[in-house]
Amino acid sequence: MLLTTENIDQLIVGAYIVAGVLFILSLAGLSKQTTARMGNIAGMIGMVLALIATISASVWDSYLASVDPDPLVQATRQSPLMTLALIVAVLLIGALIGTPIARKVEMTQMPELIAIFHSFVGMAAVLVGFNSFAVPDGAGGPVHLVEVALGVLIGAYTFTGSVIAYLKLSAKMSSAPLTLPGRNILNLFGFVLFFALMIWFTISGTGADHEPTTLGWILIIAIAAIGFLLGFHMVAAIGGGDMPVVVSMLNSYSGWAAAAAGFMLNNNLLIITGSLVGSSGAILSYIMCRAMNRSFISVILGGFGVDTGTVAASSDEHGEHREIDAAGAAEMLRNARSVIITPGYGMAVAKAQYPVAEITSKLRAQGVNVRFGVHPVAGRLPGHMNVLLAEANVPYDIVLEMDEINEDFAETDVVLVIGANDTVNPAALDDPGSPIAGMPVLEVWKAENVIVFKRSMATGYAGVQNPLFFKENTQMLFGDAKQRVEDILRSLDS
Amino acid sequence: MQIGIPLETLKGETRVAATPKTVAQLIKLGHSVIVEAGAGAKSSYPDADFEAAGATISDRATTWAAPVVAKINPPSAKEITQLAKGTILISLLAPGRSPELIEKLNKRGVTAMAMDAVPRISRAQALDVLSSMANIAGYRAVVEAANEFGSFFTGQVTAAGKVPPAKVFVSGAGVAGLAAIGTAKSLGAIVRATDLRAEVAEQVQSMGGEFLAVQAEQQKSSDGYAKEASDAYKEAAAQLYADQCKDVDIIITTALIPGRPAPRLITAEMVATMKPGSVIVDMAASNGGNVEGSQPDKLVVTENGVKIIGYTDLAGRLPTQASQLFGTNIVNLFKLLTPNKDGEVTLDFEDVVVRGMTCTKDGEVLWPPPPVQVSAAPTAAAAVVEVEDPEAKALRLAAEAKAKSRRNMWTSILAAILVIVAVTFSPASFVGAFTVFALAVVVGFYVISGVAHSLHTPLMAQTNAISGIILVGAVLQLGSTNWAVLVMSFIAAAIASINIFGGFLVSYRMLGMFKKEA
Repeated sequence: MLLTTENIDQLIVGAYIVAGVLFILSLAGLSKQTTARMGNIAGMIGMVLALIATISASVWDSYLASVDPDPLVQATRQSPLMTLALIVAVLLIGALIGTPIARKVEMTQMPELIAIFHSFVGMAAVLVGFNSFAVPDGAGGPVHLVEVALGVLIGAYTFTGSVIAYLKLSAKMSSAPLTLPGRNILNLFGFVLFFALMIWFTISGTGADHEPTTLGWILIIAIAAIGFLLGFHMVAAIGGGDMPVVVSMLNSYSGWAAAAAGFMLNNNLLIITGSLVGSSGAILSYIMCRAMNRSFISVILGGFGVDTGTVAASSDEHGEHREIDAAGAAEMLRNARSVIITPGYGMAVAKAQYPVAEITSKLRAQGVNVRFGVHPVAGRLPGHMNVLLAEANVPYDIVLEMDEINEDFAETDVVLVIGANDTVNPAALDDPGSPIAGMPVLEVWKAENVIVFKRSMATGYAGVQNPLFFKENTQMLFGDAKQRVEDILRSLDS
Repeated sequence: MQIGIPLETLKGETRVAATPKTVAQLIKLGHSVIVEAGAGAKSSYPDADFEAAGATISDRATTWAAPVVAKINPPSAKEITQLAKGTILISLLAPGRSPELIEKLNKRGVTAMAMDAVPRISRAQALDVLSSMANIAGYRAVVEAANEFGSFFTGQVTAAGKVPPAKVFVSGAGVAGLAAIGTAKSLGAIVRATDLRAEVAEQVQSMGGEFLAVQAEQQKSSDGYAKEASDAYKEAAAQLYADQCKDVDIIITTALIPGRPAPRLITAEMVATMKPGSVIVDMAASNGGNVEGSQPDKLVVTENGVKIIGYTDLAGRLPTQASQLFGTNIVNLFKLLTPNKDGEVTLDFEDVVVRGMTCTKDGEVLWPPPPVQVSAAPTAAAAVVEVEDPEAKALRLAAEAKAKSRRNMWTSILAAILVIVAVTFSPASFVGAFTVFALAVVVGFYVISGVAHSLHTPLMAQTNAISGIILVGAVLQLGSTNWAVLVMSFIAAAIASINIFGGFLVSYRMLGMFKKEA
């Protein structure tokens, strides 16, 4: 025979290395628009390679067992054909469910989709952890048990946390933070309990022959339960507006869960991929937190807007606001040379991005320089606004980040604030007593005219009054953002 | 209600209080409009256009008999007699300067609303004719100056030699001043401006002008208008004007203080130092003038060849535009008066704008109205903010940064030692895995840090997909004969494969949406 058993094992490791490199290239490719699609494809190729290698390995294992002279060994595996059939069934399920979801999902629902995908990884990590405990692959021993305990905890946490995030994002659950009394103590207690159980599990989880004991099963299930409860409690305590951070954080956890599974199974590909995803999510969370000028800890501890008792006197202050109608706004846009649109989550909710895109192309055809300014935390997912605008056919090179466009507001004739509030609040810079003080914001008020699309004069997510509405150069356009934008579109046509 | 738009009878008046466009807007509010024949002729709005917009063309008597009469200038004595009791009259009235007119209107039983008594609050800007007319006047002032000026405004390099740009100095950065600054700037001139309110510097700069601050104590405005200045200030300002007169080609003065004669900013001596051919536009000529020697409605040429323009009808020299803006101001007033768009006029005195404009009603003189605070004025609360000395702040920040970097260094050292200890006492298989883990985290950190913000959502979908790699762990266990293991690994593999298919495809779909501008 050309290949020995050992050769085949090495072949699989080789395939894993190539797949790991392809995953790194894939994420690196996603850093720029020009290489993003290549990155996507690289990821797919890496995945196909990894799957072929793994399927071969699994089927090969079953084959080796089936030809083993020892009937005890034979009994440990299904027949090669059965193994292959099971794998094909699994992939078919994934393809049949995953493909239509990917085809049909609305871009406004991306946050929910991403959240539910995280929960899948979390659940898979819990199950793989259980399995790895039941049938240790390799040495076993206390280090392996620690890996199992950690993997199960992170997986369980990711699962319930993501499910709650999904429910909140899809408005199937109130997005208001759940604030149990002494919730931080509860969380702390949960972690202490986990550590105690983990130590116990490491000592008495397995018998002399590395076989799981009944006590071990009870302990690992208790650890999973702690993970489920912690995940539920921590994400339930976080309000809707902090969701970009939560989703990135869960993204990170789903990566660490995969990495933990890699440790359990001694699989380098899982470790590499898990760490890549884990650090990716961590960086995204960090970017989001910085954009809100909040520490990661304060977001995780949750309950934002509840215990911030320091509401400045000036935030109660109201002033006179001016209104404008759609026809007036259209007139203003037609006469402008430079327009910046700053969208927020409200635009996504009202699905106003399509008429906004039409206005953009119409005005650009008339020689008006229309651009978009996107705040890092606009939307419910990092980069959410960019995807929504891209879907509505807004060219990506006129959609700029806050840092790129903040300088240009002073030379802008008209700014349209559509469904954004806290991200354009001047109090963040002017009022040190404001709950959002220090948060970098889009400095829209420096423009000649600001038109704010809003349902009413109610405050934004942070519950902070927005002095922008009372500025002399601001006019309010009340009503449903989509309808108002369509009204403007009609006025532009006439 | 029926709104009458009479022909303006004041000599030299070219404007009209409505245009076909504003007539249509008034009709939309539920009103009907009668326009006196020929009312829009001088501002290029023929009767036919008014009719097309929905107005009725009528004679003088019928127009004046309408229950609401909207016009530009205050009514003459004769016109007042044509007003019926209870008529609402809307026009410029200058109620502060003409108490007799208000008294006459009151006797007649007319409800008089002064378009030039709109409180200076943001919401009322839409009906403030002083602003809209001042804007036009500021523009026209520059055009008049350019007309009299013997050179280019913009600098040019031509085959016949280099032309330096004209230097324009604007005094007073109110609406008219800012309009003048913008106009002169767009003609290519170098524009400087001063105002005794230092807080307008930003507005001057935003119009492309250079703000010259008077080096003396400054004042803040609480009602939106400039006030008279102190002596020390006046001295410093006079010096600034004297210096500018020697240097600039065009001067435009816009300084007006409500209810007082215009301040004298430029003396005859200053004018004498100007270059021959220079032009001064005194926009305050009707109130006594900012410039010594200016005469209302005249162009005066001084001995040293400086032209001083004192036209008082600058806005009226753009009759089409002025009528349109005046008419729009009137429409905006009617939006306030007919909130239900049903053509029913209601005077809501709770509204400071309506209250402020109403001079007489039901035989009662209501002028002057109670004072209104301007919303734009900085409030006391904002001033309480503690300001840290910038130097102290820099030092404090530096110290904090240093402490932080020291803390970070110790944390890193501690972490490194812990890792080394942990690895020393771990089984060999863990060490290999840990090496891969540590390197992958670092690689991941650098790879992701570079990702453009706009690609974060596709990135997350992609990481969703690749974290479906946990499928690998489940697939290896799929051949197990232990039923519990088999079921668990089947479920794990199935949901992980949903991730793989869904994540890659949705990421692919999103990336396909990003298009560069064609």
